[in-house]
Amino acid sequence: MAIAVSQPQAPARRARRNSPMYRAWQRYRKNWFAVAGLIWVIIFFIIGIIGPWIAPYSYTYADFLHMHSGPSWQHWFGTDTVGYDVFSQILYSIRYALEIALGATCVSFLIGVILGLWAGLAGGLIDIIVMRAVDFMFALPSFFFALILMVLLGKGIFPMILAIGVPGWAGYARLIRSLVLAMRNGEMVEAARALGASQWHIARKYMFPNVMGSMVVSLAFGIPYDLTAQAGLSIVGMGLNPPMPSFGNMLAQAGANILGFPWLLYFPAGVFAITLLSFLFVADGLQEAFNPKGGV
Amino acid sequence: MVSQPLLSIEDLRVEFDRGEDTVYAVNGVSFSIAEGETLGIVGESGSGKSVTLMSAIGLIRENGRIRSGRALFQGTDLLKLSERQLEDIRGREIGVVFQDPMTSLNPVMRIGDQIMEAMLAHHFCSHREAFERTLQLLHEMGIPEPRARFRNYPHEFSGGMRQRIMMAIALACEPQLLIADEPTTALDVTVQMQILALLEEQRRKRNMAVAIITHDFGVATNFCDRIIVLYAGQIMEVADTGAFIRESAHPYTVGLKHSIIEIGHRAKPLKPIPGMAPTVTEMPRSCSFAPRCPLATERCRNELPQLREIGPGHWVACHRAEEVLADVI
Repeated sequence: MAIAVSQPQAPARRARRNSPMYRAWQRYRKNWFAVAGLIWVIIFFIIGIIGPWIAPYSYTYADFLHMHSGPSWQHWFGTDTVGYDVFSQILYSIRYALEIALGATCVSFLIGVILGLWAGLAGGLIDIIVMRAVDFMFALPSFFFALILMVLLGKGIFPMILAIGVPGWAGYARLIRSLVLAMRNGEMVEAARALGASQWHIARKYMFPNVMGSMVVSLAFGIPYDLTAQAGLSIVGMGLNPPMPSFGNMLAQAGANILGFPWLLYFPAGVFAITLLSFLFVADGLQEAFNPKGGV
Repeated sequence: MVSQPLLSIEDLRVEFDRGEDTVYAVNGVSFSIAEGETLGIVGESGSGKSVTLMSAIGLIRENGRIRSGRALFQGTDLLKLSERQLEDIRGREIGVVFQDPMTSLNPVMRIGDQIMEAMLAHHFCSHREAFERTLQLLHEMGIPEPRARFRNYPHEFSGGMRQRIMMAIALACEPQLLIADEPTTALDVTVQMQILALLEEQRRKRNMAVAIITHDFGVATNFCDRIIVLYAGQIMEVADTGAFIRESAHPYTVGLKHSIIEIGHRAKPLKPIPGMAPTVTEMPRSCSFAPRCPLATERCRNELPQLREIGPGHWVACHRAEEVLADVI
């Protein structure tokens, strides 16, 4: 009776492939969009690192003989109104965009995790104060905060990281707090306490590994948001100063010249849109991989 | 039972804040567990059976507080210990098995690590010994191929297997007292019996005391030496299991017995207890069971019955216990 025979060796072989991370990757792999997004995100990161070396022109080099020329072998994506090479500008922009978006996300996340943990674990008055502050941040558009901070801090990469990062903490704080609260009163933590586990041990071995998935997902959604925010600041003229290249500056200039030189819009906007989509696909994929039942 | 009790709870009162109200979850409960004894604590949901034992070992929700009482474990009052001292006792001297092994195991930790963790956290033995003991425990709990299963995660086990793992964790440090909080409620009937049999086997082998918290009267009468019936945070009746089966002296206990479903064409018709278990929002001044009791009189509605001994080791809190014994209902 071959059907009834169980495979005694099966669990041993399966054991290596059963970790939660491995299973999350298995689910992620099935999502074609997420994999494509991940590939582009990786390329994007690589360009961010090596961009300045592979760029055919420096971002300060203006080709006065070929101002606002269309795409050609000399200038793949054409040149803009002062003769800057659009392709090189994009390569440089990617680096600055990534620096600012990642930096800002880290700042938001750090503040959010600290305040969220504090509110969730301490409870009482601290919880009330932090959560009212979260409500306040949600009530006003964070772009507005970013603008005010840019005015106060002046222009530059570091001020932009702070201006975008500092107002973005509220979402993370609320997520972390709710995760901590749900778990703190949950049976798993109660069982751990019943075994004599200390608070620190519970936080480290029980809470952190179980919220990590949700945190990674919220981080992944945060990066494209901050990418948009940094481009937005540049579009309204509060970002990096030209000639420092940024997607925002390029898009602002392209908007002004859309009738005469449309390629100025096509290429930067195209790259930017694909990048945003890729990040969102990755975030979606992670969401599905870590929370197969749905919800963050 | 001549030996000194292992755990003795004296006049425990626990309250919970719920919005404007105060819920009196445990109202002056006293009992003791002797070494090696199996004690059943029976009651409906919300009768305070879990709260009594959990608050005794310092596991109480934030909105709850212990108003009075003592919980002497080997002579030390657990209620006076610091959190740090309690951590040393929980999982080391007192093990706990919870109702739902699906939610009480850590889903991102290999089960072997979870069992070892209990021993390592209490410095019970060296890392090497903890590993060997874990394999031994898994084997004792009836989990085939311990070495292979060591590296599995909780989701790769069935409900019954997970409960066995919970038991391995609870027994890892050889506790003297095992609290089993509805250990079989979340399981299939056939698996329930296996788990209870395993519990009984381990109790005998390790000579530890077991407190089974259950709402299932059948489970209690089959596996416990002595049974306590709780209702609205008060003890209604305490007796040896034999006395319980032969001569229940409290109308509530009789009602519980009539609520057990029997199999077969000659089974007695079910007689459910009317009404619902109350949530006690004020200190009881009369018999809590009176509103649902078929024998309730004016006295029951005005005077709180005290626990009194009506037979050797048989205590009951009912004004009309003698009539119940004489088979009025």
